Amino acid sequence: MIADFARLLDRLIITRSRNEKLSLIARYLREADPQDRGWALAALGGSLDLPQLTSSVVRKMAAERVDEELLRLSREFVGDTAETVALIWPVQEGRAAAPLTLRGVVTALKEARRGDAPALLACWLDQCTAEERFALLKLALGNFRIGISERLAKTAFAEAFGVSLADVEEYWHASAPPHDDLFAWATGAGPAPDVSAAVRFRPFMLSLPVEGAPPDLRDFATEWKWDGIRVQLARAKGEARLYSRGGEDISDAFPEFTGAIPPGTALDGELLVADEDAPYRTASFSELQKRLGRKAPPRSLLEGSPAFIRVYDLLEHEGGDLRPHSWTERRSILEAFVQRLPRERFDLSPLVPATDAVMLEAMRRQPPAPAIEGVMLKRRDSPYMAGRISGLWYKWKRDPYTADCVLMYAQRGSGKRSSFYSDYTFGCWTEAGELVPVGKAYSGFTDEELVRLDKFVRGNITGRYGPVLEVRKELVLEVAFDSIGASPRHKSGLAMRFPRISRIRWDKPAAEADTVAALHSLILQTR
Amino acid sequence: MPIDWIKPGAGGIEVAGGAAFVDPSLPRPLAIVTHGHADHARSGHGRVIATPETLAIMEARYGPTPGWAVAYGETVEIGDVRATLYPAGHVLGSAQVLLERGGERVIVTGDFKRARDPTCRPFVPVACDVLITEATFGLPVFRHPPAAGEVAKVIERLAEAPERSVLIGAYALGKAQRVICHLREAGYDRPVYLHGAMEKLCALYEAHGVALGELRPATGAAAKEMAGHVVVAPPSALRDRWTRRLPDPVLAMASGWLQVRQRVRQNNIDLPLVISDHADWAELTQTIREVAPSEVWVTHGSEAGLLRWCELNQIRARALHMVGRTDEGEA
Ligand SMILES: [Zn+2]
Ligand SMILES: [Zn+2]
Repeated sequence: MIADFARLLDRLIITRSRNEKLSLIARYLREADPQDRGWALAALGGSLDLPQLTSSVVRKMAAERVDEELLRLSREFVGDTAETVALIWPVQEGRAAAPLTLRGVVTALKEARRGDAPALLACWLDQCTAEERFALLKLALGNFRIGISERLAKTAFAEAFGVSLADVEEYWHASAPPHDDLFAWATGAGPAPDVSAAVRFRPFMLSLPVEGAPPDLRDFATEWKWDGIRVQLARAKGEARLYSRGGEDISDAFPEFTGAIPPGTALDGELLVADEDAPYRTASFSELQKRLGRKAPPRSLLEGSPAFIRVYDLLEHEGGDLRPHSWTERRSILEAFVQRLPRERFDLSPLVPATDAVMLEAMRRQPPAPAIEGVMLKRRDSPYMAGRISGLWYKWKRDPYTADCVLMYAQRGSGKRSSFYSDYTFGCWTEAGELVPVGKAYSGFTDEELVRLDKFVRGNITGRYGPVLEVRKELVLEVAFDSIGASPRHKSGLAMRFPRISRIRWDKPAAEADTVAALHSLILQTR
Repeated sequence: MPIDWIKPGAGGIEVAGGAAFVDPSLPRPLAIVTHGHADHARSGHGRVIATPETLAIMEARYGPTPGWAVAYGETVEIGDVRATLYPAGHVLGSAQVLLERGGERVIVTGDFKRARDPTCRPFVPVACDVLITEATFGLPVFRHPPAAGEVAKVIERLAEAPERSVLIGAYALGKAQRVICHLREAGYDRPVYLHGAMEKLCALYEAHGVALGELRPATGAAAKEMAGHVVVAPPSALRDRWTRRLPDPVLAMASGWLQVRQRVRQNNIDLPLVISDHADWAELTQTIREVAPSEVWVTHGSEAGLLRWCELNQIRARALHMVGRTDEGEA
């Protein structure tokens, strides 16, 4: 019933905890009407494709029932069209005999001719509660931005039926909404979906950090660790698909890869932006950031920030699964294969020329290019296996950059941290002797440090801006970050990647914190 | 003929050339106070005309208050103006003020609601020429659901996570006692733990015959003891260090504003309870229809929405833009 789905949606919107979201979805998938749950999974996981109404059509529908000026004032107050219309829709006496089902709604919308959808929707809205109207409108408007990623939906599915996430990821793209075959497999009522014909995502093999000394280099091959994003490019019969780390299809944002590999191929590599003048022809992460999340990028962006994949593994070749083979075998097929791919779209991730642990350690500490974040160690005789398995792959990161910054603003955290000021904005000095914010951090400190930081914030308030507290500019925080790039969107002109608080400098006077100019010189260094 | 013996101003509603003021924001020799909320009842007046309950609330908050207790339906004379108090259904002791002179009738609603509230007398519609009303929820998106369904969510959540407590942020005067009463009506019979700021007013309600069941101070109680229980605190305490004594509390809040999801997210609320002590859109418009005034004056809230409705229904209306009436917390 649409009511169950609406209730789920309402809880998901409010809930901040990832675990709670997971268990809410899992419980729904177990308990909801089997006719409905597949469509719900598709809606949450982003695989539901419905002909969509625009918000102006929805507004017009509402304006036929409510005064337009009252509608406008309400929309202004509420801030969201679907929610405004859900709340304002006049209540009809008596509900329809048969309750609406999600399946009924989705099928009718799929089959409706373009012009008929509004009348259909209006008829449903008349029979529903405000909560249900909201869910219906969100479905019809197609904007399900409620903080649920495809990966979260898959994880919840795995949790609901006690199956492995790696298997769910493998079968997901081979199964179409309402995913009946996936449910049948997970509940033991049917075979696994047939993955041979469909283009699909294969779960990534992941690495563990090196703790202490690195493993024996005779057993391990070494590669650079690149500062881009991990991707998988796969092609079956149709066009190639590009998947992100979480298995999400990001092909729309990178159209340059659709026909770039032959059918029957799946490769694993790092997505980067090319800059022929930079070391290893690799531009900084901020160039790549311009491309992320931009569906249908304009030509100027495609040319100005051309993406390529630095390939490090081959999972499928000429239709055959290479994953059971050792790294050494896969690598030799990969080396020959990359030769045949267009050079502007692909290159081979080079091996690190280190012969012993001392040399490797030196190279890790001082990598030869800013786009390198350290080294990777991969066991030569290991097959390609989903997940993080000890003894097979390791990452050994470069030491992070650090800067001494001054705490400027603080905000409360969420969940268990909601009574603590745990979100910090910090700044550095300008030439003119002013502090400007250079970043925000929420982690890196211990629980005891959090208690002290919270106490400092509460005792040094100088201003309030809604939920944000301004504090006395006295406390120096040593901030660690993986890289830093130019960013015209920020007042300081720069943006840190993964900033976290590495030390609290209770001892250091604020005047001795770093300058914005010093941070800018780090960008120059890293170019 | 325009009514000239009532003058709304920034400091309150002036009656009979300044002989008295309704809900004045500055100390006045004679004040008519509709109810005990701080934005209506200020301290320092020479003498206060109010219901006995409202006077008791003011004494509990401000200390000795020279009062002139007037029961519901009773009339007092201020110069040539007659003032009568009628129940407003907002909180214990809340009143509307009917002001009459020479056959002209003006109602000042103060804050009011029409929804059922077991802690106070229900609103009585009184016919008048001029209705001076609030419009806190003066937009058609505001439709407050029955409170029973909202408290049912609290009980459901306690069953779902018995190792946690549900901390309800509720305004200390009115909302807190109402939520507890609705919980009792729904069959919740475990002790309710109270933040210290709640205790005095809860005791006052009980002394006026509003039964709240077993109440215990949260201060000093062990975390384990409060697991699976309801704790009630003022909304401001919801994010306070005070909450660290509770077992992983589910943060709930009782307010009419929480109908809007944006507000829920802004406040980081886990469990919104749409329970309001102010009239929603249907109650506001129904009330105007029932008392059938020839003119509506809107004191505060979403004036634009209510003015538009009056325009559509051909009722003369104006906004008074009264400052200092903030119903953010208590609504
Ligand atoms: Zn009030
Ligand atoms: Zn008020």
